[in-house]
Amino acid sequence: MLSGALIVVLSFAYVGMLFAIAYYGDKRADAGRSIIANPYIYTLSLAVYCTSWTFYGSVGRAATSGIGFLPIYLGPTLMAALWWYVLLKMIRISKAHRITSIADFIGSRYGKSHVLDGLVTIIAVLGIVPYIALQLKAISASFSTMLRYPNAVAPTASLPFLQDNTFYIAMLLAAFTILFGTRHLDATERHEGLVAVIAFESVVKLVAFLAVGAFVTWGMFDGFDDVFTKAAAVPELNALLVQGGAAGNYTTWASLTVLSMLAIILLPRQFQVSVVENVNERHLNKAIWLFPLYLFAINIFVLPIALGGLMYFPAGSVDADTFVLTLPMAEQKTWLALLAFVGGLSAATGMVIVETIALSTMVCNDLVMPILLRWKFLRLTESPDLSGLLLGIRRSAIVVVLVLGYGYFYLAGEAYALVSIGLISFTAVAQFAPAMLGGLFWKGGTRLGALCGLSAGFLVWLYSLLLPSFAKSGWLPITFLTEGIMGFDLLKPQQLFGLTGLDDISHCLFWSMIANVGCYVGFSLWRQPTAAEHSQANLFVDVFRHVAPGSGSRFWRGSATVADLQTLLGRFIGPERANESFAAYARSQGIPGIEQVSANAVLVHYVESQIAGAIGSASARDMVASVVVEEPLALDEVMAIIDEASQALAYSRQLEQKSRELEAATNELRGANQRLQELDRLKDDFISTVTHELRTPLTSIRAFSEILSDNPQLEPEQRSKFLGIITRESERLTRLINQVLDLAKLESGAADWHPSEVDMREVLEDAAAALSQIYKERSITLDLQIPQQLPLVMADRDRITQVALNLLSNAANFCDKPDSRVSIALFEEAAALRIEIADNGIGISPADQAVIFEKFRQVSDTPAGKPRGSGLGLAISREIIHHFGGRLWVESALGRGSKFSFTLPLPHNSANHLVA
Amino acid sequence: MSAAPSRVLIVEDEESILLSLEFLLGKEGYAVTTARDGAAALREVQARPPDLVLLDVMLPLIDGFELCRLIRENPALRGTRIMLVTARGRETEIARGLALGADAYLTKPFSTRDLMDKVRGLLSGNGAPQSAG
Repeated sequence: MLSGALIVVLSFAYVGMLFAIAYYGDKRADAGRSIIANPYIYTLSLAVYCTSWTFYGSVGRAATSGIGFLPIYLGPTLMAALWWYVLLKMIRISKAHRITSIADFIGSRYGKSHVLDGLVTIIAVLGIVPYIALQLKAISASFSTMLRYPNAVAPTASLPFLQDNTFYIAMLLAAFTILFGTRHLDATERHEGLVAVIAFESVVKLVAFLAVGAFVTWGMFDGFDDVFTKAAAVPELNALLVQGGAAGNYTTWASLTVLSMLAIILLPRQFQVSVVENVNERHLNKAIWLFPLYLFAINIFVLPIALGGLMYFPAGSVDADTFVLTLPMAEQKTWLALLAFVGGLSAATGMVIVETIALSTMVCNDLVMPILLRWKFLRLTESPDLSGLLLGIRRSAIVVVLVLGYGYFYLAGEAYALVSIGLISFTAVAQFAPAMLGGLFWKGGTRLGALCGLSAGFLVWLYSLLLPSFAKSGWLPITFLTEGIMGFDLLKPQQLFGLTGLDDISHCLFWSMIANVGCYVGFSLWRQPTAAEHSQANLFVDVFRHVAPGSGSRFWRGSATVADLQTLLGRFIGPERANESFAAYARSQGIPGIEQVSANAVLVHYVESQIAGAIGSASARDMVASVVVEEPLALDEVMAIIDEASQALAYSRQLEQKSRELEAATNELRGANQRLQELDRLKDDFISTVTHELRTPLTSIRAFSEILSDNPQLEPEQRSKFLGIITRESERLTRLINQVLDLAKLESGAADWHPSEVDMREVLEDAAAALSQIYKERSITLDLQIPQQLPLVMADRDRITQVALNLLSNAANFCDKPDSRVSIALFEEAAALRIEIADNGIGISPADQAVIFEKFRQVSDTPAGKPRGSGLGLAISREIIHHFGGRLWVESALGRGSKFSFTLPLPHNSANHLVA
Repeated sequence: MSAAPSRVLIVEDEESILLSLEFLLGKEGYAVTTARDGAAALREVQARPPDLVLLDVMLPLIDGFELCRLIRENPALRGTRIMLVTARGRETEIARGLALGADAYLTKPFSTRDLMDKVRGLLSGNGAPQSAG
């Protein structure tokens, strides 16, 4: 036996350690050296998601439905992937507007509405109470289980004194929460010590669970394989491992996944740790993958423990929810059992502490204070210091929430397994989703829509999930469930309107979401938003564009004194802190001292946001209004401001447009200038090349003329040789001049064309005949392969002949071998004639092939002694072929000859023009 | 004229111009060799350093400017005079040629008398280099 005293002492020692950590964390925070400002602590604090429901309940659920426990962890993992879109936006908005709870968030979004604030608070409290009850139940059950050590099997169902135990546990938790959650008031509503505690507890519960898991897997069995192999051998257990068997159907999986996706951002405690306590939004970067990793780690041993327990204990003798404890107990591992107990304790206390702080902030700021401030007879608006009252309200709220949790445990706690209770709460907070997500991404959502949607969803939840849980516990007649209200079948709470075949949770989620989303969207569209709603909608949805603090003050006009504002702030956070706060404001505005601060819209907004941290934004606005003579802005005035802004915007757009046009024009000019310069350079090059080409024949002509005139006694043969050179060079000069003129005409489009139907066979035969003398002189064989029947082409006969002559004389110039041959071939293609003129001469290098069609670019070495062309022939030929819509190109390799080809397109109905 | 005639290398890719230069210099009694591209000229210069190179600028393989630079870089060729004979008559190109170490510059088309005066000037009296006027 373990003595009760030992367990109690251990529990107190553990709680004492938490005190120490919280104290240290707060101390460090006050000294400005935060221990929680890193992404790992942030991630661990997010793991407050894993409560005793995870610690004990997952095993319980796995024992009845195999992997059916997974959707609760699948959802948050999926949501983590969306954090960049959803959570970051929530953090950014909350930082900008000093939002301290989810009720405040939703209320603020819809025009700082008290009614909405209050409704969200009520739903949150009622929805979360079962969840807190669940934690109390877990602590109480684990305590009584430990007391039976080492006997794992429960002798009787319940003992009266245990319930009293639970009550004490609840009160102890209340005391702890009060001590560290409400030590002082702060506009940011952050609790560094507490976050450190939560992170520590996340480590403890993970270590404890892994230890038990490892013990079961390797201590009692022989590894994962062994557990699953042995389980598969038992027919009932094998069924657990098969999806679609006990694991639940598709709808259950889907609705649980959706529920837990929403829970991870909407549960008040998750909002508290992930948004309010967030130190730096960049911590999200790591949390996005670290948090799912934590979930994975804490779930990895769930199935082994569940299967191990089912195989170890006789069927039904031990509650599967307690396997984490009872397995080490039955094996008499005292310390492991104690570690598991502490792990469960940490899971439960972490959740209860954060949840009650979040709820108490909401109850105080969003429910109680607004009401108190309205009761004029309390004269609260004139009280000098409200901070004591505020703390009192919060502390009471913590006690009340825990008492309510105990109450639910007392009334309904025995009727459900841990998991089912948790899901009731998940479904309640899921009701925030339409107003929350709609508010983040849809400017059209209105206060009325949010109110109606929330109310409708909440009522459906109350009717179809919460009340049935009372009925099952015997607190309502069971006929409520079986026959519906007043005997109306259609109103059976868990089969509304005859919808059957769904589990309780999916059924409630289905109907509540239809009601909620329907009302939210419907009523939002029905009425135009007011000016205040419109302004808040813009600030929230476009938060990434409005980053500067004080951006909300655009739509404010009024007058106040600095002294009034400072006194007002002092009443909520204490005069000293108010003084510090004003000094900080002065620094942020670049003003030397508080005395120089002027009461403008920015200051009013600042004070309002500071007070909002203490009492919520809706009440803060009321309080500021009490010292500020505000001139309310009517919708048309707001519109005027917006108009003014949009006119300025339109004007600046015009300016931008003009400057863009100017820039474009400048670019165009720059481009044109570059093209002109390029053309100029090309022209210079051309002239310089032409001059060079003209000078060369001229040089020979002059030199030989002078030689002939200076040497009258030259041999006759030499004389005639020199005269021959003079003649040839003169011809070359003439040809060159003609070609330059010709090319200039072709390029400028001034050439005369005489198109007619041309028979290519005739053209090629004429050209071959014209050059036959030269070919004969150089003993080059010339082949013609031309089909007899050819369609005519439309072209200028003389021009095409010019091209053929040019290509044939080039071919002759390339030939250097004794057995040189040049062949002309003609092919009829689908839409064109292709003419090929090929030689077996020296070939053209790839580098030369790239440039020979340019003006004056010649193959760098033709066989020596051959007369060279002008360097314009190919350029002219290509111009001509292009003019008739054809192509001219070359294929060649050095030493392997060259083949020049060109095409001439055929007229569309070429069949009519066949030449016999 | 001394006993051993001065050796002149003509570098020219234009056949008819080469022929005219060869005739003019040969008639004057110089020992004339020829090259039709830059690479051949370089081989010739290195094999048998001439007293004078008549150098065209637009040459296949290695152009005249480059050849001029290569000759001037070679200490064994210090005694070799260079005259650029080219159709590129721009002032900047003349300056470039002289900067690269050419001793004279002649623009095509040239007068045969000018040509021979310059050649004689460059080859007379172990000549201090003369630049073209």
